Amino acid sequence: MSNFGFTISKARIIDYDANDRSIAEYIAEHEPSFRVCIECGCCSATCTTGNFTRFSLRELQIFLKRGENELVRDNIGKCMLCGKCILVCPRGVNTRNVVTLAREAFNKKVKNAV
Amino acid sequence: MKIEGKRAIWSEYQKEIADDRYFYVRSCIRQNFFPGSEVAFLRIMREELGKDVYEHPCHTTCSGIGYHGDVVPVETAMTVVARQFALMTEAGYKNYVPSCITSFGLYTEILETWHHFPEVEGKVRKQLKKATGREFEIPENLAHASDVIYKFRKEIGAKAKYKLVNKNTGEPLKVVDHIGCHYSKMFPLKGVGGAEYPYVLAGMIEEWGGQVIDYPERRHCCGFGFRQYLVQANRGFSIACSKQKFESMQPYKPDMIITNCPGCPMFLDRWQYVINEMEGKTYGCNGEGIPVFTYEEVAGLVLGYDPWDLGLQMHQIDCEPLLEKIGYEYDPEKKYEINGTVTKINSHSLLNI
Repeated sequence: MSNFGFTISKARIIDYDANDRSIAEYIAEHEPSFRVCIECGCCSATCTTGNFTRFSLRELQIFLKRGENELVRDNIGKCMLCGKCILVCPRGVNTRNVVTLAREAFNKKVKNAV
Repeated sequence: MKIEGKRAIWSEYQKEIADDRYFYVRSCIRQNFFPGSEVAFLRIMREELGKDVYEHPCHTTCSGIGYHGDVVPVETAMTVVARQFALMTEAGYKNYVPSCITSFGLYTEILETWHHFPEVEGKVRKQLKKATGREFEIPENLAHASDVIYKFRKEIGAKAKYKLVNKNTGEPLKVVDHIGCHYSKMFPLKGVGGAEYPYVLAGMIEEWGGQVIDYPERRHCCGFGFRQYLVQANRGFSIACSKQKFESMQPYKPDMIITNCPGCPMFLDRWQYVINEMEGKTYGCNGEGIPVFTYEEVAGLVLGYDPWDLGLQMHQIDCEPLLEKIGYEYDPEKKYEINGTVTKINSHSLLNI
């Protein structure tokens, strides 16, 4: 291949038809408060793990809802389940249960398991 | 179906295009990319349609490429544009016809700005007078050169020696039209068909016998985008845009692409080669690329001009398969002939420059 000094950038389109939202649907089914998240980021702001690692619960929830599960699978194990995020959530999302259910879904290999 | 209502709505998407006496201004980059196009426009306008088209030797860049590349401030661009208008006024013309889509967009943007902020126009008038001693009048009519060809598409069609029809099957050629973003995406009312229903090229294609392809990414940018391309490291975004368009149009098996912007034919043409080098993909039939043309080149082909006079040898994607489809009579041996001497271009030496 000739070296042109650049490569073709990957499209950043969110393809909902191709993505698999089964993990998000599994979580929402067992923890309905997952649906009311407004992605404000309070959970990430108060997160001890997020302070020391790249972990962001807000980001992971967005990726789950998009069906882009790969990053979630690689990072969901970092949560220490301390529950501080539940205390600060303005929408009353049971975030600890969201994390637990996400782990469960990946372990059960719900439909795709990435 | 209420046809009258549709006609009334469609009338809002039309624009006024002058009949004659045009002050024509060339593009900075087209003369390097596809130098035959502007010559073909002048030939068609003067020889085929008998129109008065004037070119001023003192015309310079409109500075739009620098403005959109973030190196020329808008006040400077306005004064440069005011000087072009002064040249038109001095020559006694009132209908301004730029060859470049970005120029057309910049002129439109500046005229709209002056319309809403007359004090800015006053400031520019003072600056121009101080710097050059010139004065100017606002053009009565501003139309892009493709608007003018669109206006006379029927007259060109009536003189056509060839139609955009496959000679072997008798089927109309499947043509992708690509409108430059600065034509009507910034000021939709200033373009034929606006941003939603671009018709300036589609009208030509239909009139000259082709079939317009309406594919999902029809209105997507070609990828030029100035800043995306001017910085080498960003060119991945530029080529990604073109690739998205090619992948979207490929299932419709287009025979050709027709464009009305200086950058679009360049990038839709050259990026096909680069994608092929990088990923080994081609988007046309039989492993070939999809030939890309400017509207002047297509008009010239329809009128039966020599393809090498139109500058089709400057295209990365060979035009010969398309010419064969149309049943065009031409001399393949003259492709690289300059003043009677055949000049062979070595593509590898070009790459290594």
